[in-house]
Amino acid sequence: MILISVQEADFDTAAELAALEAQGGGGIASFTGIVRGEGNLLDMRLDHYPGMTEAQIERIAREAAARWPALLGIRIIHRIGTLTPGARIVFVGTASRHRTAALESCAWLIDWLKTHAPFWKKERFADGREQWVEARLEDIARTGASAN
Amino acid sequence: MADRQLHILYFAWVREKIGLSEEWIPAPTPDVRIMDLVALLTARSNGHAEAFADHHRIRAAVDQVFVPLDTPLGDARELALFPPVTGG
Repeated sequence: MILISVQEADFDTAAELAALEAQGGGGIASFTGIVRGEGNLLDMRLDHYPGMTEAQIERIAREAAARWPALLGIRIIHRIGTLTPGARIVFVGTASRHRTAALESCAWLIDWLKTHAPFWKKERFADGREQWVEARLEDIARTGASAN
Repeated sequence: MADRQLHILYFAWVREKIGLSEEWIPAPTPDVRIMDLVALLTARSNGHAEAFADHHRIRAAVDQVFVPLDTPLGDARELALFPPVTGG
């Protein structure tokens, strides 16, 4: 099972985990990203590249499935639109026969989403300031020579 | 061939500085690299010049696949120019 969603709506983490548990494997790993409320953040808006975003995430999910053949399920949800502090922003869940493939592929997928999925965040602060989030140098470096 | 168009998309602060989310230009010859085209685009407006002042801050996708800026455009139909991504 590979299931990708790019959506404005929130998601139900427990329901997503239950669906992964039903894949028949022995282990589930997941990562949930939450909007941090640092520096009087009012909200953030997520911009994306419609069409490419879904295709790009699906491409990498298939690559993960090839790298970790023990994987039984991959679920990725990335929200777009306006999100306030405390809101869930991203979910990566993996199911596999044993823990190693689930844990490793989950970490690899969220790293990849940070560096290779066409999303951009713009933050809005209580004092009226707005700014685009800059990519972290370590994330850019991790992109390495491969452009995809 | 003369009327083939290249669809250019802009995202995040590149879009804001330019003031456009997309535009169409006559397709350059296939040997033109993305960075060469970006240099040419700076002449279109002050916003373009500001957006592309430092091409190290620009990333590109051709027909929805990430590519380095030194990639020739080939027969690309869609070029997207944007800052490094910040998802996740």
